[in-house]
Amino acid sequence: MIFQDYVFYALAVILLFAGLRVITTRNPVHAALFLVLAFFTAAGIWLLLEAEFLAITLVLVYVGAVMVLFLFVVMMLDINIERVRQGFWEAIVPGTIVGGLICAEMIMILGVKHFGPDQIAAPAPKPADYSNTAELGRQIYTDYLLPFELASVVLLVAIVAAIALTLRQRKDSKYISPSDQINIRREDRIRMVNLRSEGETQPRAEETLEKREEI
Amino acid sequence: MQKIYLLIPLLPLFAAAVVGLFGRKLPLASAHWITIAGVAAAFGLSAYVFADVLQGNTFNGPVYTWLVSGDTTFHVGFLIDQLTAIMMVVVTFVSLMVHVYTIGYMAEDPGYSRFFSYISLFTFSMLMLVMSNNFMQLFFGWEAVGLVSYLLIGFWYTRPTAIYANLKAFLVNRVGDFGFLLGIGLVLFSMGSLDYMTVFAKATQMPDAQISLIPGTQWSLMTVICILLFIGAMGKSAQVPLHVWLPDSMEGPTPISALIHAATMVTAGIFMVARMSPLYELSTTALSFVMIIGAITALFMGFLGIIQNDIKRVVAYSTLSQLGYMTVALGASAYSIAVFHLMTHAFFKALLFLAAGSVIIGMHHDQDIRNMGGLRKYMPITWITSLIGSLALIGTPLFSGFYSKDMIIEAVKFSDIPGSGFAYFSVLAGVFVTAFYSFRMYFLVFHGKERWMQEKHDPHAHDEDHHHGLGPNDNPHESPWVVTVPLIALAIPSVVIGYIAIGPMLGDYFGTSIWVNDEAHPAMQELTSHFHGAFAMALHAFVTPVFWLAAAGVTLAWFFYIKRPDIPASIKAQLPWLYRVLENKYGFDDFYAKYFACGSRVIGNQLWRWGDVRIIDDFLVNGTARLVGRISGVIRHLQSGLIYHYAFAMIIGVLVLLTFFMKT
Amino acid sequence: MVGLSHYLILASLLFAISVLGIFLNRKNVIILLMAIELMLLAVNLNFIAFSHYLGDTAGQIFVFFILTVAAAESAIGLAILVLVFRSMQTINVDDLDNLKG
Repeated sequence: MIFQDYVFYALAVILLFAGLRVITTRNPVHAALFLVLAFFTAAGIWLLLEAEFLAITLVLVYVGAVMVLFLFVVMMLDINIERVRQGFWEAIVPGTIVGGLICAEMIMILGVKHFGPDQIAAPAPKPADYSNTAELGRQIYTDYLLPFELASVVLLVAIVAAIALTLRQRKDSKYISPSDQINIRREDRIRMVNLRSEGETQPRAEETLEKREEI
Repeated sequence: MQKIYLLIPLLPLFAAAVVGLFGRKLPLASAHWITIAGVAAAFGLSAYVFADVLQGNTFNGPVYTWLVSGDTTFHVGFLIDQLTAIMMVVVTFVSLMVHVYTIGYMAEDPGYSRFFSYISLFTFSMLMLVMSNNFMQLFFGWEAVGLVSYLLIGFWYTRPTAIYANLKAFLVNRVGDFGFLLGIGLVLFSMGSLDYMTVFAKATQMPDAQISLIPGTQWSLMTVICILLFIGAMGKSAQVPLHVWLPDSMEGPTPISALIHAATMVTAGIFMVARMSPLYELSTTALSFVMIIGAITALFMGFLGIIQNDIKRVVAYSTLSQLGYMTVALGASAYSIAVFHLMTHAFFKALLFLAAGSVIIGMHHDQDIRNMGGLRKYMPITWITSLIGSLALIGTPLFSGFYSKDMIIEAVKFSDIPGSGFAYFSVLAGVFVTAFYSFRMYFLVFHGKERWMQEKHDPHAHDEDHHHGLGPNDNPHESPWVVTVPLIALAIPSVVIGYIAIGPMLGDYFGTSIWVNDEAHPAMQELTSHFHGAFAMALHAFVTPVFWLAAAGVTLAWFFYIKRPDIPASIKAQLPWLYRVLENKYGFDDFYAKYFACGSRVIGNQLWRWGDVRIIDDFLVNGTARLVGRISGVIRHLQSGLIYHYAFAMIIGVLVLLTFFMKT
Repeated sequence: MVGLSHYLILASLLFAISVLGIFLNRKNVIILLMAIELMLLAVNLNFIAFSHYLGDTAGQIFVFFILTVAAAESAIGLAILVLVFRSMQTINVDDLDNLKG
């Protein structure tokens, strides 16, 4: 146990440090990278807690997809850092107080008094052929099947929403909408303009009369 | 028999409704035919009922249940006894005379049918008042006559003086009605019923009941009730200080002055007190109060009659003074005498008013007696009936007024309740004053020089209407028969009714309808014991001071206005302060206008400015809007549109929840 | 001895750091989104710890779904961010106050 305790403390320190740097660094790319570090460290802690599947999933999905997306967006947007950093240090005092209060209260409840190693025993070690992944799979596909399906629907909605939000029309499409064609109005196409006539015309009555007589 | 009782008030009501609603569509003459038919039928039936009551058949019962509220029931009911019967006959007779008279008086008036509708409606209201057997119906009739009086005083509603007068009458009456209603409420509260017989029976069982209106003091319940009820009578029967409306009510046409403000409506108060005799006999204090008020009215209103120049005003102040006499009689527990005087006064006062109206017609609507004189040559019937009426008024022996008035004076003499001494002095002095002003008017109008061709006094006094009076070459002529026949018809009872009725009045006529407590108030008993017959009383008059006072008044009037007309002018010049006091009517009107009318307006103004505008409009209504605006102005900062504000709010919310869950 | 409480305390600290991050970087939308990812990480850590020490796999399954939803949410969040940047050329939160009341 001694070794695992050391590992735990080391990973904890790195995790907290990474978290602090995420929120204090100037450069958002750095912030994203520190967040990646935080996730990696957290995955390590989860491994300590014998949740291998989730640890790997964290790295693959979260770091691999979500953080990459973050990095894409950060690099794409041209951010004026000076403006968004305005008033940064003004909120340090209230922030620390509120955060500290939350932390203190949570520690009071979740601390050593109630959940310490003396109250809650360390779990028995698992047998050698115990597979965390298999266990998770068994539970997901039998007890928690419906939430699983719902989760997939959530993902579908997220995909559709993200695309629908950011979609821009292709500029070279020649598509014509028939309903727009039918609903066109005369006023949209023709505009009557009043022009003053420049001069008077003489009626050519004699010529037409002559022609008639000939016939 | 019950149907007859019902028909008597309903016939005039029906006539009033028909003429009032359809008067414009029917021919003009039908207005008076329908209403006269109604009132004549009512009179005939009243006479029949009177004869029936003389045989001893009285009736007391409900006719219709109007409203049931908890324990109290309000009925429409009739109590037909001797007192009611006599009132019914008087009311319907005078009303009939006035209806006939109106045909002539209001002949060219555009509101002809409206007038007839109103006076028939009045007859209905007055009959409901006198025939009622409970306080609720009494109050209904009370208010209804007040309403019709308002409508009739302001009959010529385009005249501003008429509108002021009718509003004044209604408001002053209202003050009286307020006291009246308090009295009725107190009766209901302490005795649990509004029916006369029940109340009278209960009252005799609790004569010494106390009530503490102001905590800490105890007052006799009977006294409080009687005084409150009398306040209503003070308003309706124009006693001091609620008398101010009666002279102004002369703005209405003369027929209604005769009907309402001489014979019937103003006597409602007297009737009410007589009807409540079982209650009043239980409280000597209330009787003293009644007597003193009556005495003040009798004497001081008489003084005011001396200086009036409008013929109707003289008769109005005379009415006020005679009402005071009736009230004094009530105070002396001589209820039957008061009602007797009510009856005789109805006849000769209505006669005097109608005669004045005839004179006014003759003078082409000029009412100033300084422009009259010597009219006896031109209007003989009016002159004779006027003379009869005046003689009856002053109490000439053998005329009707003599019997009733002298009985009152004797009753006050025998009464020994507090205030009777002052009352005796007042009524005696009042005899002199009454004779003086009555014959002043008589001499100035019918005798002496004819003054209408001279320069007029106050030529623009009645500019708004057509009071042009007679031109220099016009002479007055006698009025048409529709005017003179009622005069004659009223003159006859003015002469004979006293002689005929005095015996029964003092004797058994009233029976149980009036109750007198003979040990406490022995005046009536002594009076009856001294009575030796009508003729003997007339002869005895020559040795009483009353007769000589009246004679002195007549002589002085003759002296001042026929023999030496310069004397009144010089008295006026030497005592201008006295003249001013009398002209100002003792300052009552000014006092009321300044403190009550003005005061009410000021209070109303203040309430409007502070209460309505400041508090309700500005503070409550606008203030609520402003408050909403202010609060929302503050709260809107929560919605800054900036995401991090919302995020902070969420985080702080989480903190709060965390703390909350930690505690529990 | 490292017990459950240590992991829980670590997660709390991480959560507090992320709250502080929201307070500090309130104007920069991208860093805000990253702070939210940190918050989710802290919660996931809590779940895994409880699942390990109480022997119930449900915690891990829950983390599975949290990961899914978090991924979806950051995808859409970034798409919105891109759109906002396209129309307003800024990611400064102060400029996004159209919903101001």
